[in-house]
Amino acid sequence: MTDTIATNESILVIGGGISGMTAALEAAECGKQVILVEKTPSLGGRVSQLYKYFPKLCHPTCGMEINSRRIKANKNLRVITMAEVDEITGNAGNYNVSITKQPRYINDNCTACGECANAVEAKFDNEHNYNMDKRKGAYLPFNMAYPQRYVLDSGIIGTDDADKAKAACRYDAVDLDMQKETVQLNVGAVIWATGWQPFDAANIQPYGYDRYDNVITSVEFERMMDDFGPTGGKILRPSDNKEAKNIAFIQCAGSRDRNYLKHCSRICCMASLKQTTYVREQYADDGKATIYYIDIRAIDRFEDFYAKVQADTNVSFIKSKVASITEERGTGNPVLHGVNTEGYDRYDNAHDLVVLAVGMQPSVDREKFPVEVITNEHGFIERPEGSTGMFAAGCASDALDVNRAVQNATASALRAIQVVNRFSKTEV
Amino acid sequence: MGNLNTTMIEKYRNSFLHEVEANVEEGEWVKMCMQCGVCSGSCPLGPHWDHPPQELFMMIRAGKREEVLTSSSMWMCTSCYNCIVRCPRELPITHIMHGLAHYAKRLGLVPENQQTEKFAQLFWDNLTNTGRVNELKLGLKLYFMNGFGEGIKMSLKMQDVGLNMLKTGRMSPFELLGGHSIKDKTGFHAMLQKAKELEDAKIAKHGA
Ligand SMILES: Cc1cc2nc3c(=O)[nH]c(=O)nc-3n(C[C@H](O)[C@H](O)[C@H](O)COP(=O)(O)OP(=O)(O)OC[C@H]3O[C@@H](n4cnc5c(N)ncnc54)[C@H](O)[C@@H]3O)c2cc1C
Repeated sequence: MTDTIATNESILVIGGGISGMTAALEAAECGKQVILVEKTPSLGGRVSQLYKYFPKLCHPTCGMEINSRRIKANKNLRVITMAEVDEITGNAGNYNVSITKQPRYINDNCTACGECANAVEAKFDNEHNYNMDKRKGAYLPFNMAYPQRYVLDSGIIGTDDADKAKAACRYDAVDLDMQKETVQLNVGAVIWATGWQPFDAANIQPYGYDRYDNVITSVEFERMMDDFGPTGGKILRPSDNKEAKNIAFIQCAGSRDRNYLKHCSRICCMASLKQTTYVREQYADDGKATIYYIDIRAIDRFEDFYAKVQADTNVSFIKSKVASITEERGTGNPVLHGVNTEGYDRYDNAHDLVVLAVGMQPSVDREKFPVEVITNEHGFIERPEGSTGMFAAGCASDALDVNRAVQNATASALRAIQVVNRFSKTEV
Repeated sequence: MGNLNTTMIEKYRNSFLHEVEANVEEGEWVKMCMQCGVCSGSCPLGPHWDHPPQELFMMIRAGKREEVLTSSSMWMCTSCYNCIVRCPRELPITHIMHGLAHYAKRLGLVPENQQTEKFAQLFWDNLTNTGRVNELKLGLKLYFMNGFGEGIKMSLKMQDVGLNMLKTGRMSPFELLGGHSIKDKTGFHAMLQKAKELEDAKIAKHGA
């Protein structure tokens, strides 16, 4: 099926994380027609996988809810989920875009009652929890998902589970004949808000992420804190499900390292400082955190957050890039080896759990953009010289925290609006 | 050599880092160290050094010339390359260690009775004699490097290895009589002499 919508006065936003949602909403609330295309079944991006936000330690679900209300209330904004852009041709003010939309097998009738999930049996890796647990083949990606509609995993199509899901639905929302669709759009400006992905920690061989159960990543640690997450909101060791009370955080796991990511991912220092408060929240005086760092980069206004964590006597700081990790026989405790550069003392420190503060890298490989996009040496999108109708927003442009990503997204919405206005006027 | 040391002190007064950059192999990398400590933590001989690499780099920047150049640290490097592989800034640390050792040797600042340095000298003398390494002589010299008693002990300990090498033709007893050689020994020595002259001239110029 081919469907043509939008005009060259519209703005296309690719990626529905916090940056894409912001850019789309700002433009739509200024009266522009906006199409927001998201690859996964729901909006929110990586922010929906965080437990709390630094620096205020509030829950991201709150801001996400405000944003989904704004989306629901806005007639100018159209959201297309499970869709990716295949091709973009044309120039600023006039781009032709081709989009492929994957079937969800669930239509708008869905009330998110969950009967289909109860009926099916097959289980799949749960991407929302970084594959730390399994989910059903009929699922809501996460509790606060927008849109609040279930999804059937393509893996159950053609199996008994698909029929069971259909039979269980009282609202006629399961549509097993749904097909892949192509959508053609004409838009005036494009915003890339495709975000970031965590650096693959298995590449850092001396840390043994792929060998030791009790070495996890910072993004996995966030999932452990979610009451509906893989551990039911408890900080547990993957090897034996024991409470992990003595936790090491290793900074620059993949960042600032020419062997891996050359750039500083900028947010990881704050993320680990924040995560030490999770340890204290959960285990009070029994919770101990140790941060191994090269230097702490609590950028600008965040200095006082750093000072507060430093004042906590249960949190220690060791100035050292950890050289390697081994596993203690019997206990499964990871042992960190290195030299504390303040005094040049060697250490071999055992902890219950190690959290690698992994770096942020662009989620789209620079070769994989469906149109020529200028990137810097790290793969983040740059503004080309001269005039353009394509802009980057949020982490597609740099490693940013939410505050900066949102500011950056608002700026790109304004730039896109300027392009659209310029072209619509010259055409009058 | 002592003379060269004084000249260098004069020339690079207060800037040992510049001295290292100009005279030590790969020395221009030293300023790139960000003191993360991964090299020190990764060094298998780390516990036995006076100063692990990243501390040496800091000492160089702090102008601790005497302490660095007379240190036994860089002589402890076994070229395992762990540090190079893990250095986030890709500093050629192993090579810098050898560069520092070499420079200290030139200036006559090697700590007394330094074992690595002693063996290096034995190896050099052995090799330059005929243009080929004489393994038998080198082995014996190494065993007796620290005195007659030590030498006998070491030879007895290694006896089986030696005999097996002889048996399998990996070592010839006739090597003791002079040993195999390259064809044009005279030319080879002339070449080394020339290289030394060039090198000395370069240093004289730098030192001037
Ligand atoms: C461990 C950790 C903790 C953090 N904690 C905090 C914190 O406490 N406070 C804070 O301010 N920041 C924090 N951050 C940073 C925060 O996660 C980012 O700033 C934020 O996710 C940026 O949002 P974004 O929309 O730019 O990117 P993303 O969240 O990555 O969103 C991108 C969206 O685009 C979609 N997409 C990707 N490619 C395509 C494509 N080709 N087509 C269509 N859609 C696509 C993705 O599915 C996703 O929905 C943390 C980061 C880490 C690693």
